[in-house]
Amino acid sequence: MIEIKNVSYAIGGAKILQDINTVIPKGSVTALIGPNGAGKSSLLNLIGRIEPLQTGTIDVDGQNVTTSHSGRLARTMAFLGQHTAVASRLRVSELVAFGRWPHCHGRPGPEDHEKVADAIAQFSLRGLADRFLDELSGGQAQRAHLAMTFAQDTPWVLLDEPLNNLDMAHSRILMRKLSDLRDAGKSVVIVVHDLNQAAAWADHLVAMKHGRVVVSGAPDEVLTPDWLSALYDTEVQVLRYADRPLVLSHV
Amino acid sequence: MQARKKILIGLSLLIFILAAISVFIGVAQMDLSDPRGMMILTVSRIPRTIAALLTGSALAVAGVVMQQIVRNRFVEPGTAGTAESAALGLLAVTLIAPQASIWIKMVAASVSALIGTSIFVKMIRKLPPREVLLVPLAGIVLSGVIGAIVTWIGWQTDMMQFIATWLMTGEFSGVIAGRYELLWIAGLAAGIAFFAADRFAILGLGPEAATALGLSPRAVMRLGLAVVAVVTAMVVVSVGMIPFVGLVVPNIIARLIGDNLRAALPVTALGGGALVLACDIIGRVIVAPFEIPAGTILGVLGAGIFLWLLWRPARPSKAAAMGPTDV
Repeated sequence: MIEIKNVSYAIGGAKILQDINTVIPKGSVTALIGPNGAGKSSLLNLIGRIEPLQTGTIDVDGQNVTTSHSGRLARTMAFLGQHTAVASRLRVSELVAFGRWPHCHGRPGPEDHEKVADAIAQFSLRGLADRFLDELSGGQAQRAHLAMTFAQDTPWVLLDEPLNNLDMAHSRILMRKLSDLRDAGKSVVIVVHDLNQAAAWADHLVAMKHGRVVVSGAPDEVLTPDWLSALYDTEVQVLRYADRPLVLSHV
Repeated sequence: MQARKKILIGLSLLIFILAAISVFIGVAQMDLSDPRGMMILTVSRIPRTIAALLTGSALAVAGVVMQQIVRNRFVEPGTAGTAESAALGLLAVTLIAPQASIWIKMVAASVSALIGTSIFVKMIRKLPPREVLLVPLAGIVLSGVIGAIVTWIGWQTDMMQFIATWLMTGEFSGVIAGRYELLWIAGLAAGIAFFAADRFAILGLGPEAATALGLSPRAVMRLGLAVVAVVTAMVVVSVGMIPFVGLVVPNIIARLIGDNLRAALPVTALGGGALVLACDIIGRVIVAPFEIPAGTILGVLGAGIFLWLLWRPARPSKAAAMGPTDV
């Protein structure tokens, strides 16, 4: 479980996060939702120790993200940010292999090779394995980075808007993979804008606005017209489809 | 992967041939049966050949390291203020303690190269990341400013001759046994870069990705800065700065082999060594019995190659690829 206690965060004078206290349960898919600028990515960055904490504490499976050894944390959680459009001339297979760095530090064994090959296959990247990243489309590059994150094979997987650049089919495939991870006993935290993806696949939602957690809980508890209308300052309807909430906001 | 092997073998052969040529050409007639001929070989020709190879390899590797840590393909130690900073440190120690040993001068040059390059890295953090060409421009401005300070002090203290040998044109005609060995330290620093190749490659993916994989971006960056500073300082102290090697060679190798530095760095090192040695040979041959400095040859050749790299439209360059995808 991830325990977030009294976390506040400011950049310059702007308060990005204010007094966040929440618990992200282990063994589930958790989605951080909320309007633009709510602080979802900042919170995920802090959990992934990408940015240093200013106040408060965050523990991932009992490991304090500030004081724990970063190399050990990299075997506990994998993190994928939004900036995957790097113009690097790494080959896809080389990028994915870097996902094993926390485990093998550049000296891959048979298990590492296997996990890399598996991740490449899972994201249908076999045909692209020898291509350079700067020769891929946005969606292909996104899948390559996701494969790297999967190859890291950690108990926790943190993904910031992983559906960016992905088409419908690949979005669904990814969400299904995340729920497979959950079924295999791992835990997933994603920032996601499509509430219906959250409704369909997440077990736990944390809804944020103006740097605070507004409500958290199961999708059925959070995805209600009242909560969502308040969260997004716009009228939102919620129907039911396939025994899940279906959020309608486009008309 | 196969291509890489071919390039490695090709470059090794090329270096072998160039080294043979370099050893056997020169103004002095060399007769190996004669002890004097043997002396020319061991005191002048072989050291000169090794010096050119070491300089080229180390500068090319320093170029790659620099490009990874600032994540921009258009920088090299010669256009980021590193060489000028090294010269400033060298000038300072020469003025303050003229009797100082070569080791102290070397340390002073390295430390001031490190400071100058760190200033460059700090400076470019404030630039908008999408403006790829601002980074090398900022570097050239910084080089100009530090270079101007060096020149001003040089004028005031009548040291312009020294400064010219450090910064204007790197050349190998002064290399004899006993006067180039500092370059081995540059080679050693480049060797350290090879052992940290994966770390630099991961840092090239950005500080965020590096942190996520459990690396400390700052530590990797410090190591990279140290490598760049030491290589540049040693080259400036021993033979003088040589332009474009750190720019042209890494860019060509990145196109051919990519950014997986563990695979690319040995090729980069060989490529840099071959290029500088070739330029030294050209400089020795075209106006024989006089010489044109290797740095001058490279200035002409390197600029040409670099323009060709920029204008060749074939594959998306780093700059082009950043544009549309990163919106």
